Amino acid sequence: MSAPAAVPASHHGTSAEPTGIMSWLTTVDHKKIGILYGVSALAFFVIGGIEGLLIRSQLAVPGNTLLSASTYNAVFTMHGTTMIFLGVMPLSAAFFNYMMPLQIGARDVVFPRLNAFSFWLFLFGGLVLNVPFLLQPLLSGQGGVFTRMIPDGAWVGYSTLTGKTYSPYLSIDIWICGLQILGIASMAAGFNFIVTIFNMRAPGMSMLRVPVFTWMTLVVQFLVVLSFPCITIGLVLLLCDRTFGTSFYVPEGGGDPVLWQHLFWLFGHPEVYILILPAMGIVSEVLPTFARKPLFGAPFVIFSGITIGLLGFGVWSHHMFTTGLGAAADAAFSVATMLIAIPTGVKIFNWLATIYGGHLRLTTAMLFALGFIGMFTMGGLSGIMHASPPVDLQQHDSYFVVAHFHYVLFGGAIFGLLSGAYYWFPKMSGRFMDETLGKWTFALVLLGFNLTFFPMHLVGALGMPRRIYTYEAGMGWELPNLLETIGAFILAFGILLFLVNLVRSAKSGAQAGPNPWDAATLEWLTDSPPAPHNFDKTPTVYSERPVWEKNHGPGPGYSLPEGEEHIHLPPPSIKPFLLSAGVTLILASFLVMTVAGTMVGLGVTVLGLATVLYASFSWFLEPGHH
Amino acid sequence: MNPSRLLPLLLLGLMACKGTTMNTLVPNSDFTEEVLVIYERIFWWTALLFVLVQGLLIWIVMRFKATGNEKGEPEQVHGNTQLELTWTVLPVFILLHIAIPTVATIFKSQAPAGPDALVINATGKQWWFAFEYPSQGFTTANELHVPEGQEVEIRLQSDNVMHAFWVPQLAAKRDMVPGRVNRIKFTATKQGLYLGQCAEFCSDSHALMRFRVVVDSKEEFARWAAAQAQPAATATAAGFQAFQGAGCTACHAITGTTAEANIGPNLSHVGSRTSIAAGVLAHSDAFESGEIDPAKQRANFERWIKNAPAVKPGSKMPAFEQLPPEQLSAVVDYLISLK
Repeated sequence: MSAPAAVPASHHGTSAEPTGIMSWLTTVDHKKIGILYGVSALAFFVIGGIEGLLIRSQLAVPGNTLLSASTYNAVFTMHGTTMIFLGVMPLSAAFFNYMMPLQIGARDVVFPRLNAFSFWLFLFGGLVLNVPFLLQPLLSGQGGVFTRMIPDGAWVGYSTLTGKTYSPYLSIDIWICGLQILGIASMAAGFNFIVTIFNMRAPGMSMLRVPVFTWMTLVVQFLVVLSFPCITIGLVLLLCDRTFGTSFYVPEGGGDPVLWQHLFWLFGHPEVYILILPAMGIVSEVLPTFARKPLFGAPFVIFSGITIGLLGFGVWSHHMFTTGLGAAADAAFSVATMLIAIPTGVKIFNWLATIYGGHLRLTTAMLFALGFIGMFTMGGLSGIMHASPPVDLQQHDSYFVVAHFHYVLFGGAIFGLLSGAYYWFPKMSGRFMDETLGKWTFALVLLGFNLTFFPMHLVGALGMPRRIYTYEAGMGWELPNLLETIGAFILAFGILLFLVNLVRSAKSGAQAGPNPWDAATLEWLTDSPPAPHNFDKTPTVYSERPVWEKNHGPGPGYSLPEGEEHIHLPPPSIKPFLLSAGVTLILASFLVMTVAGTMVGLGVTVLGLATVLYASFSWFLEPGHH
Repeated sequence: MNPSRLLPLLLLGLMACKGTTMNTLVPNSDFTEEVLVIYERIFWWTALLFVLVQGLLIWIVMRFKATGNEKGEPEQVHGNTQLELTWTVLPVFILLHIAIPTVATIFKSQAPAGPDALVINATGKQWWFAFEYPSQGFTTANELHVPEGQEVEIRLQSDNVMHAFWVPQLAAKRDMVPGRVNRIKFTATKQGLYLGQCAEFCSDSHALMRFRVVVDSKEEFARWAAAQAQPAATATAAGFQAFQGAGCTACHAITGTTAEANIGPNLSHVGSRTSIAAGVLAHSDAFESGEIDPAKQRANFERWIKNAPAVKPGSKMPAFEQLPPEQLSAVVDYLISLK
């Protein structure tokens, strides 16, 4: 249906607007889906954080017996898996969903129902991975495959440990199932965003006028759709080895466990950039806004992001310098890895040049963006160290590497996402987050983060391997480990303050207008929060800073068309939810097969197929508009 | 000592005043020395960049912090191509300075070992290490002896899950991959006792999969190797009967007896080792000295035999709590006598 701009609420005709929980289950609005991603990701982030605190509590003192060896192994496996797939990735997805269509002047993503499908599938994948925490205490008495249900093969799941011989339990099957579901969710979202960014930009928004955050969104989606198939294939082969007795990774059957490592890191390295590039995009929006200057050398920053994305596919074996691939491979992957330092360095200096000469308003969002530069630089520099394979032969699988990637993924990705949260919260809720509480959060997070992760460099250089559930006194590891544990609790308190701030401000924060930060990009043209249709009239864009130029010159920035505009929005639909439930059933049916036998498993497969068929056919027949 | 070595050592000296033997910054072989030289070169470059970036960041924030009294907007600078090309190209020179010794060391360290190298086959198990000396014709476990000043090539394998062989001061690390043979070579430059640990996650007792390397003088090593190739001189037949009667021969081998199983560690000279249970139960607090405290050694053997899984979760060695005290004592006597 088409409706005049004045009455957008009646966009889908006859049926009544679903309310309550149904309005969320059926929503196809990119903003509501963004909020769903954000809320679920924060919940998983808290679970992953508690797992991190358990790890730190266990390692606070030598010879601690808080966790058993097998529990510890499950906890660190789930900490890594959760933070990467269920924490940082969907937090980024929350901003992709909410902000990217607004930034390009679109009314929604190009496939709104596919967008809802991606979210529900992500949520189901996350539940599959975490349900074992509830089931394990109930079922472990049964023995057999139930002995271990929580994934416990480390987030890298190296063969042959994950094979049936060495892990004859459900734990690895559940891990495979969860990751496959998440992979489909990510890829569906990836294609959706790519098509959206290419096709839905407002008139006049050439690619070099696309905001840097949206640019980084685009690069990330290409990484997602090109890298996730690698882990999907890797997991299918592992599933076959475990379920049907094939030998892809089993040396006794002619397979090779190193094949898994290649497939995993062909995904796993681009994944690092999937995690960090969104944060780089956020920082590239926040720094100019609060410096009141344009991003210094925006094309350089964008091309650096593209270069990082491309090189990210050519360096996977730097995770395998100890595997024994031979001198030629080690040398080639080492040099390629060092090359990535160049575009990364370009970004850091461009950000510094952006704030140089500005009028810096040190809001919480700005503080986290500045903190990002400092902390991410630290992670980048330690990365140069193990880009050199001889040095990596000492640092690999030691706490030095744990320090390195937490500086990248927490000091980088999470600092960037926190900056984005403070920056965009007024847009998403219409209210400011509390700045006093925000500054306390920043101080505690900065202090706690560095106290947790800096000593890991030292303890790693002193030879502490990662993934150990206990260690002995007398190696010089005691003091750094104790400091790390104290730091982790300070950090957790800082994050708690952030969550309190979020909930409190959503209810009672000070009102924010459409453009509270006097920012530059199109999302600030809409109401806060934006109307369901985002823009009453689609703007025509004349600059990469349309809203800033409109307010401050020199150019016109953007213009709005004369007269009324037809607004087309898709109706809500339950079909994406049903389809994702069907896909989850099909993928989970091999778990049922393992537990309850082939026939019951096949029954679940058929049920899943029927759900998929029903949901997809009725999806196709459903009118996209009235 | 190279003066540029002072800073990292100073930093770590603060954390580890006692001479820990997993410290990666104290090289005692030709290879780890070479690694440290590259590490130091990178360390100083990154330290310089760290100070530069953090210094600029802090200075810019202090200098350009908004006071509220600004008039108008800051100058809207969109970029500066020359400046940006400069900081794109300059890092190339730093990276070349790092990449050249890196690549040289990669090829040098992975070249085949010389003809005089001592070859040792190391196999990772869940959760211990088997060490075979093929030319000398014996196998030991969890405690490796190598001669000072002679090239050693260790061939790394696994017949189960992935492990990694890591001796920070002598060899750095390389993985033990099922179905493959990896090599690591080094020439030890200082006698002493060094610690090693598995560095690739290998399930339950990964944390407790440790080992020791003793660097002997060439003469001492020759004496040790000759003794290892022979049955232990002091062992008695009665002791072996207690050992066999307890069922130990189902998994363990002892040279010169009918015990030939290789499921558990080879025990031919277990009494001469400075620890048991893959380095977890040490017979001496001061491991640098390598001296065995007899009371501690006895207590360790008793504890391990009574309940190995309590010491090492998931251990394939079952608990022998039902063993009568006199038989346990006889088995321990026998094992200690295997010098």
